[in-house]
Amino acid sequence: MAASPDISVAVLVAAPFIAALLAPLLCRVMGRYAAWVLALAPAAIFVFLVTLIPSVAAGEVVRARYDWAPAFGIDLSFAIDGLSIAFALTISGIGALIVLYSGAYLEGHPHLGRFLGFMLGFMGVMQGLVLADSLIALYAFWELTAVASFLLIGFDHSRMVARRAAFQALIVTSAGGLCLLLGALLLQQVTGQWDLGAMAGQGPTIAGSFLLLPICFLIFIAAFTKSAQVPFHFWLPNAMEAPTPVSAYLHSATMVQAGIYLLARLSPLLGGTPVWTTTLVIFGGATMVWGSIGALKQTDLKQMLAQSTIASLGVLVLLLGFGGETATIAAIVYFLAHALYKAGFFLIAGLIDHETGSRDITALGGLRDKMAASFIAAILAGVSMLGLPPALGYLAKEEMYGVPGPLQWLEIVALLAGNTALGALAIALVARPFMGPLIPTPKPPHEGPVAMLAGPLILGILGIAAAVLIGWTATQLIVPAATVLAGHPVDNHLGFRLDLADPAIWLSLATWALSALIYWRLDTVRTTLRRLDSLLGWTADTVFDLAMAGLLRLAHGFASTWQNGRLRFYLLVIFLGLAAALILPLVILGGLSWSLISPDLRPPEWGVFALAIIGLAAVVFAPNLLVGILALGVQGLAIALLYLLFGAPDLSFTQFMVETLSVVMFALVMIRLRLDTHERRTVPAALRDGGLALLCGGGVTAVLLAILAKPFDDRLGAFFAANAVPLAHGRNIVNVILVDFRGLDTLGEISVVLTAGIGVFILIATARRVLPTETTSLAKPRRTRRPRAAKPAPEAAP
Amino acid sequence: MNTLIFRTAAPLIVIVMLVFAVFVLLRGHNEPGGGFIAGLIAAAAIAVYGMSAGVPAVERALRLPPLSIAGVGILLAIASGLLSAVVAAPFLTGLWTFIHLGETEVALSTPMLFDFGVFLVVFGTVSAIFLALETAGEAG
Repeated sequence: MAASPDISVAVLVAAPFIAALLAPLLCRVMGRYAAWVLALAPAAIFVFLVTLIPSVAAGEVVRARYDWAPAFGIDLSFAIDGLSIAFALTISGIGALIVLYSGAYLEGHPHLGRFLGFMLGFMGVMQGLVLADSLIALYAFWELTAVASFLLIGFDHSRMVARRAAFQALIVTSAGGLCLLLGALLLQQVTGQWDLGAMAGQGPTIAGSFLLLPICFLIFIAAFTKSAQVPFHFWLPNAMEAPTPVSAYLHSATMVQAGIYLLARLSPLLGGTPVWTTTLVIFGGATMVWGSIGALKQTDLKQMLAQSTIASLGVLVLLLGFGGETATIAAIVYFLAHALYKAGFFLIAGLIDHETGSRDITALGGLRDKMAASFIAAILAGVSMLGLPPALGYLAKEEMYGVPGPLQWLEIVALLAGNTALGALAIALVARPFMGPLIPTPKPPHEGPVAMLAGPLILGILGIAAAVLIGWTATQLIVPAATVLAGHPVDNHLGFRLDLADPAIWLSLATWALSALIYWRLDTVRTTLRRLDSLLGWTADTVFDLAMAGLLRLAHGFASTWQNGRLRFYLLVIFLGLAAALILPLVILGGLSWSLISPDLRPPEWGVFALAIIGLAAVVFAPNLLVGILALGVQGLAIALLYLLFGAPDLSFTQFMVETLSVVMFALVMIRLRLDTHERRTVPAALRDGGLALLCGGGVTAVLLAILAKPFDDRLGAFFAANAVPLAHGRNIVNVILVDFRGLDTLGEISVVLTAGIGVFILIATARRVLPTETTSLAKPRRTRRPRAAKPAPEAAP
Repeated sequence: MNTLIFRTAAPLIVIVMLVFAVFVLLRGHNEPGGGFIAGLIAAAAIAVYGMSAGVPAVERALRLPPLSIAGVGILLAIASGLLSAVVAAPFLTGLWTFIHLGETEVALSTPMLFDFGVFLVVFGTVSAIFLALETAGEAG
């Protein structure tokens, strides 16, 4: 660690993204060997993290901070502590093996480069997620993992099911992501901090806040959607449409653990509160049971693994809900054990699929001789999953059974049931494909290439080695992580010991015995569960489909009600809104003033005033639209004259031009586009439109009267008058304001003018194509009266 | 409307209006006027020309499509704002320089460029709408 933390952490965070960008190029140049080179990036990260282990285990936190949005006090801050390094090690370590594996699994695929790029990009955001210290950075990475997952599940985008699964995963997890954002904002409100590290010790503040419940539930929804907890679990089995390396990496070892990570990271702050314990125990327990049942129903290797992943995620949530030292340590050990054996199993499932062409356990058997190395890897993973010594899974299970909880018996029974189901699955996953007589498969079975065998074998050996060397694993990885999780130092009591007085031993024995029993009757169990399933008739998946269909119907209904293509309706709504905006605040907040201003006018002014009235009257009684438009012009010109008489030459000037141009434009619209000039309103329509016009006009009058009732504040006017010449070298204050003092406003306004112009242009161009064939008069007003929007915005020339 | 008198007088009116537009644009900083109103006057000139000589003649005379002229205007306004970056001042800070030509003093400034931008946007947009309406009428 010669370099400063800022630089080394920046390299650490950026490395996967750089590798991701290089991936397509490397694959084009190097072909199948590209994966070997690309795997170096995560491998190097892994090695670097390993060198950090001793200092992190000693309690040091490596921090780095980069400016992001200093104006909001938000920095891009990272912290490497015991918890994040445990997650980051699995991400980079498994990541290296997965990249290697993918190169062989998708060998010759035209989009291999793209795939590896997505994988490495995902690795980068996932690593960013666990290293982030700022809640906003955590949220950003969280959403990016959902995007990466979308791209990877939908990688085989020509298949409808893959696209649907990708879409479903994106919808569910990004909905959770939005909850995370809200939760993070509320946490910041309560603690006044953006950085998780700075929030440490504020647990009581949060627990005492009335925002505790909203924060907890938002965080729970975020974690439950990401980590596939009931009732949001349904997306995970569907996500198995992704290529197998993706399932192994994202949907067992890393991305779905993001929810677990979030809960673990926040448990020193939120843990221990009743809402935390109750919710996590209930949902974690339900997920564990549901996933176990689901797994036993399946015959497809990947589906079995996916469902058992749901069950394992349930176990982790359950343990985090219990809290306390033992449960915390159990959660960390179980997380590590699960990541190692489940990724291994997925890779083996991919191997079997790749080399035999099938992954249905009823159509596989006797592969032990043909695929000896895979068999060994499967045994290593199976031992850990079943929880046999000397594997990490055994230690996790022992620790789990030692959790003293508030509901002693219920929780023991629940954990026993979950572990038993997972144990039976472990036996099935090893025994069914490899033992028994050889069953002919679509492809003649043979051993996979080294690049694909390396992953499962290394992961399997690590699962054993970590347990054999538990002294090192416990002090260097597990206890530091548990310390962060618990918020205080925890004791290390992990190890292999034979204490017959310890009920954990007997519970383990019971687990193994029951697992063997279920495995013995696996086919009966499966058919029974499936029959029960068909009785139920619906799943969370169908609920999701119904909800999406309902959402689409709602959107369609909303759009066709409000965007019904009738311009009269739009104008009615707009002017109703205008009237409401003018009148309601005056009525609600008070300020209506009926004191009429004494009309102190000179004769010419009275004359112009009379002209305006005459114009108005002509508009109302005009025999047809053309006359009405011309009359409106008369009224507008009278207003322009009034401006001139009251000393606003700029305004008057602009009003003249706008009125002239409007009249010409309206006339053009009417004449050129053959609008029906003799269209008359019916009496009810005239009453409705007239009433609305009176309402709007009355509203404007009321607002003006209310403004005039207040003393005139000329601070702004005085400022501009005093500074126009010295600061902006101009004597015309209006123009100086427009082009200098408030130049940015003007820039916005001319952008609006141009945008409106483009819109009008397109509408007319469309109408030009449509009109010659159209004879109904219904469609015409809708297409042709739009140019009214082009009437230059008066606010641009005050 | 399209009488011989109108057709004969229109070019003269157009020339006067366009010159007047430039005049209004340039005097805007000190007297009533400015880019917005000048743009409207110039667009009205285009409307007169369009009514007398037809859309193709106007398009030939303008050389650029009017919406492109408006786009150039936006870019010019933004560029005039970015010029202040040269002296490390915030976006849209007015910069002034005074050139002495014998007796008179000519002021050049970024707000003037900005006002040209406003002029081009208003002129281009309103002309575009006019020409589109005229074309629609002729086609129909």
